[in-house]
Amino acid sequence: MIDEGLRNELSRQGVVTTTLEELYNWGRKNSIWPLQFGLACCAIEMIAASMARFDIARFGAEVFRPSPRQADLMIVAGTVTKKMAPQIVRLYNQMPEPKYVIAMGVCAISGGPFKEGYNVLKGIDRYIPVDVHIPGCPPRPEALLHALMTLQKKIENQRLTGQGRPRHLDADAPGEFPVPDYGAHDLEPPNNPAVWRPPPMTRNE
Amino acid sequence: MKLGPYSFLTLFAVAGVVFALAPLAMAWLWARAYSPRKPGRVKNANYECGLESKATGWVQFQSQYYLYGIVFLIFDVETVFLLPFAAAFKGLSAGACAAMLVFILLLVEGLVWLCVKGVWARK
Repeated sequence: MIDEGLRNELSRQGVVTTTLEELYNWGRKNSIWPLQFGLACCAIEMIAASMARFDIARFGAEVFRPSPRQADLMIVAGTVTKKMAPQIVRLYNQMPEPKYVIAMGVCAISGGPFKEGYNVLKGIDRYIPVDVHIPGCPPRPEALLHALMTLQKKIENQRLTGQGRPRHLDADAPGEFPVPDYGAHDLEPPNNPAVWRPPPMTRNE
Repeated sequence: MKLGPYSFLTLFAVAGVVFALAPLAMAWLWARAYSPRKPGRVKNANYECGLESKATGWVQFQSQYYLYGIVFLIFDVETVFLLPFAAAFKGLSAGACAAMLVFILLLVEGLVWLCVKGVWARK
């Protein structure tokens, strides 16, 4: 491992030093291809983000792929109904590793204004691991770009070996997440406990 | 070894192939070395629209369906003639109008004939 001070000194002299890990992460973070699908009005903001004014191409993420087999990033843009949730999970399962999820807007995070609706999933993070949440109804394209930059930082800081390594380098981590079934009143199971760990509720008396 | 005047073309071709294949080979080797394979039933499914595929793609249609096809085609093409007829209707002479009506009559006659013959009722 090269010393940080020496590295700064070298870069000032015009010598770039890097590690394999950094090079790998640099390549990954600048070529995040999103899966092309939208669920509701947030998708319109996502489309706006991909157009000339906001230009998601500046971050190397403009290549919206129509097939999950070619995508790295799932932008869950909009309300996830209980009817749609199994499809989302199935598409997520079909994406190759390494894959990431951005939950865009309050609906994808928690159900948002439709949370009380009988047919609305109260957050996609009940079934798949979400990397970045964007609040807003709908979030502006800048917010999506900020989420993308946050995700890039996350990828940049991932260690490829050791305890906290990403899922795709861990042989024990699951490759697929269980797809929920339509039950009589709710999805079966209502959440995936391996993914969804909400903080315990505390009430201040 | 004496090189011919065009040998650099061979060199370029080889360099080009290596340039194209090296990243692919490196990516493949990298994945083989570091990324454990985790195939699964959902992940390996053929259909990639989120839904599960059901039934089979080999659906059979009745061969009589071609009658519907032909009739649809005839009246579809008729529209191509009807539109300019409607657009130029005000400026048409009586003869041209009669010719067009005869043309439509011929086609409608065929439709009536099919109805009488019971083509639509056939299962």
